[in-house]
Amino acid sequence: MAAHARIGFVLLLMPILLWLVLLIIIPHVDMLLISLRERVGVGEYRTSLANYVTIATEPLYMRTFMRTAVMSVLATLITLLIAFPVSYYIAKMARGRVRSVLFLLCLIPFWVSELVRTFGWMILLRETGVISQFLQWAGLVSGPVEMLYNDAAIMVGLVYTSMLFMVVPLVTTLDSLDDSVIEAGYDLGGSGWSVMREIVIPHAVPGIVSGCIVVFMLSLGNYLTPTMLGGKDSLWFTEMIYSQFIVRFNWELGAAFGFMLLFASSVIVWGMLRLTGQTLERTMG
Amino acid sequence: MIPDLECTGLTRRFGETLAVDDVSFSVPAGSFFSILGPSGCGKTTIMRMIAGFLEPTSGDIAIKGRSVLDVAPNKRPVNMVFQHLALFPMMNIEANIGYGLRRAGMSKGDIARKVDEVLDRIGLPGIGKRKVDELSGGQKQRVAIARCMVLEPDVLLLDEPLGALDLKLRERMKIELKSLQAAFDTTFVYITHDQSEALVMSDHIAVMNNGRFEQVGAGQDLYYRPETAFVAGFVGDSNRWRGTVERVAGDAVELRTETGLTMRAAAKGQAANGGAVDIFVRPEAIRLAREPGDLAGFDNRLSGTVGSLLFNGAASRIIVESGEAGGEIEVTLPQSGEFADLKRGAPVHVGWSAAQANCFAANGG
Repeated sequence: MAAHARIGFVLLLMPILLWLVLLIIIPHVDMLLISLRERVGVGEYRTSLANYVTIATEPLYMRTFMRTAVMSVLATLITLLIAFPVSYYIAKMARGRVRSVLFLLCLIPFWVSELVRTFGWMILLRETGVISQFLQWAGLVSGPVEMLYNDAAIMVGLVYTSMLFMVVPLVTTLDSLDDSVIEAGYDLGGSGWSVMREIVIPHAVPGIVSGCIVVFMLSLGNYLTPTMLGGKDSLWFTEMIYSQFIVRFNWELGAAFGFMLLFASSVIVWGMLRLTGQTLERTMG
Repeated sequence: MIPDLECTGLTRRFGETLAVDDVSFSVPAGSFFSILGPSGCGKTTIMRMIAGFLEPTSGDIAIKGRSVLDVAPNKRPVNMVFQHLALFPMMNIEANIGYGLRRAGMSKGDIARKVDEVLDRIGLPGIGKRKVDELSGGQKQRVAIARCMVLEPDVLLLDEPLGALDLKLRERMKIELKSLQAAFDTTFVYITHDQSEALVMSDHIAVMNNGRFEQVGAGQDLYYRPETAFVAGFVGDSNRWRGTVERVAGDAVELRTETGLTMRAAAKGQAANGGAVDIFVRPEAIRLAREPGDLAGFDNRLSGTVGSLLFNGAASRIIVESGEAGGEIEVTLPQSGEFADLKRGAPVHVGWSAAQANCFAANGG
């Protein structure tokens, strides 16, 4: 009987084990090994840290790396600032049908592919785009305005893409806060702001943190948005990985870039959890 | 003397439904006032209007003689103990109790002193650093009251706070609440659907039904001298009959029940003008006897057999099956031991006086 149960357990576990081993662990181990070798001749390699040394000593790589991290953090914060009031409204103020319609509205952009969505932004923001033409028509500007190909355009694209992933965990945690707890806050003399700061936000911390982690990782690893909306000065770290692998065919350096990215996201997520006193189990469970 | 809380013509509509219909009452300072009614009768609506979470459609609410209609909930001198207590789970006990004081801008030292003081008063000294979910149900209850009382409100509102507790604890908390009220000497307004909570704790009780107050009075008044059929039926247990008045003699009436029983009863309200009436007789108002001769002094007499024995300690009852009554009558079993050997099927005689049978004009239902 016990043996049967064991076999059943192993079989049930198989898909996730296969997925983990074949698609995550093996490729990463292989990538790590590739990133740790240096080409010394045709088909000749030796183990060294040369690729990482290159990254550390080449200012372009380091600057792009830092810029990507900072911009992703910024995108996460902006998403949080916009998503929190939206989620609060959906979870605590909207009732019945309005509530589901609002939630659906957050979801609708995800029915079209990310590529199409990003083209949508390009239509709006480009020199001959909707906004530019409207401004000219209104007489606010004399010539066409180019709003694409800069950091602000990237930020808009990133925030737009990430919104849903912030709204969902926030609505879930805010939903679990009993209305009478908020009322008790007012009843005991709290103002709107103090109720928000002392009761609602502390309660929502797990949701805030899990939303931030997801959005941050999505932004950091985003390739399409920065490539399409960013200009020549707004290089994203994923673009460098792509160019090393596909354009330069320098897998060794590309793999090292990949590990830098993994390292950066791990450190920042860990820092974020430490800062808010949360654990991964509490925010993700 | 100005009452602590006075509501005049309080009305609240939700769309077409009239949740609270022209309710007026006043609560004297330092008293324990209960609003008792079935769920959906509008008592929570009254409570929320007093606390300021709902606007009355019309009418006025005055606290210590001053209207508070234009005062926001966080500025009103009333505090509320919520049904599920609504302690702040993200704070410890100290921070929970100190919340209102912090909002009032009191200094840290004063807050700590006041919190310690109130924890002493509720008999839970030294629990300030604990988390909310480390407390038992009864302790949470007391902390929820302390959290309000530390602000020294003019009126404390309690919204069925004992509902979530188990029976034993609820019995104990009733007594404790009453003594806390005496200790703090604050006006309590308590809403409940549990008549025993209201009867045990309150100085005055308002029985509410369909958005209106049926009767306001002390527990004894409601129990022994109900003014409406609803109060007679809702407060305490009763045997009920429906019938028609046959003869009127002052306050006493002679009537015939639908089952054909002739009964003499005391008419209340508009019952004396004839027509259909409801008759209520309390199980403990009915005398039980083995011989019909023992009941000679009673206006109403019946004989029947013991249908079943409902043993419940001091509150034991028997159900008497009687052809004359057209059904079953619940009778409280005297605890003198006289009927200890009563068996199912044994013949018994029951009787009650006309004064103990209240009859009210039937209102359709």
